[in-house]
Amino acid sequence: MIEWIKQPWPWFIAGPLIGLTVPALLLMGNKRFGISSALRHICASCLPAKIPYFKYQWTKEIWNLLFVFGIFLGGIIAANFINNPNPIQVNANLVAELKRYGITNYSQLIPVDIFNWQALFHFKGLLFMVFGGFLVGFGTRYAGGCTSGHAITGLSNLQWPSLVATCCFMIGGFIMANFILPFILQL
Amino acid sequence: MQKNTPDNDFEIRSLDANCINDSELAQPFWYNIKYVITGILFGIVFVKAEITSWFRIQEMFRLQSFHMYGVIGSAVLVGALSVFLIKRFNIKTINGEKILLDQKPFNIGQVIGGLLFGFGWAITGACPGPLFAQIGTGVSVTMYSNYFV
Repeated sequence: MIEWIKQPWPWFIAGPLIGLTVPALLLMGNKRFGISSALRHICASCLPAKIPYFKYQWTKEIWNLLFVFGIFLGGIIAANFINNPNPIQVNANLVAELKRYGITNYSQLIPVDIFNWQALFHFKGLLFMVFGGFLVGFGTRYAGGCTSGHAITGLSNLQWPSLVATCCFMIGGFIMANFILPFILQL
Repeated sequence: MQKNTPDNDFEIRSLDANCINDSELAQPFWYNIKYVITGILFGIVFVKAEITSWFRIQEMFRLQSFHMYGVIGSAVLVGALSVFLIKRFNIKTINGEKILLDQKPFNIGQVIGGLLFGFGWAITGACPGPLFAQIGTGVSVTMYSNYFV
């Protein structure tokens, strides 16, 4: 059993479990499944309340912060107790492509060749972590949701603006991964 | 932390996709523990299904793997079915409150912000959910290596 759990979980296990989070949160207390708002609540709780966007009663959204704190704990549990000891298996074409950019380490879920503390002091690392992080943070807030809030909750509730947002997520990702990222990786 | 609720509190919070869900009930703080537990299970799924993996995201955007499409697609199907059943049978929360799902008004931010987030998603390989799980895995990995080396 534990050996089976340690393996990477297939999509037809993980997807439905993620989908069930939507009714679970609704039934628990009318909460809409979404994660990126937590970024906003953190800002609202930390920043002096001079910015209108952050001036609201963030304490009413404490459940969302606790939810993401749970995700953080889940990450710790999964990484320490049911961790997959084998390198991550990816498509051979991707392996070949990434090798050209010096990415050969598949021991972690993220490429440690790019994402490490030393790299943070170089332009490339800065671009990946800080600029990329800024795009994620700013983009999700401007769009009013991320993959969870728009793609999963919004589409589940048949909201067409969420479909627009989800399509834009995918278009942006396709453009970046196929046309821009190769140049950034060459740096 | 501010003490007074501004008059337009609801409007400001409703700028967000999921920011206006209030319960009329005053519940003790420890009632919130169920959200921590949900989060823990959710975080484990994220890591075990490798949704937190930069490599998986790259595969997705290069159409090299069905994995992420399967995850998102089946999640939406299960979610949509659940929402349909909740509406159809008027299912209440465990506290007996009516379940409310608001309409999301369209604004241009969903296009511009959506594209920007897509760029960031492909660079960092993380959307905000897996991000928090990644911090979890990362912290433990560094703690572990420090411990053993």
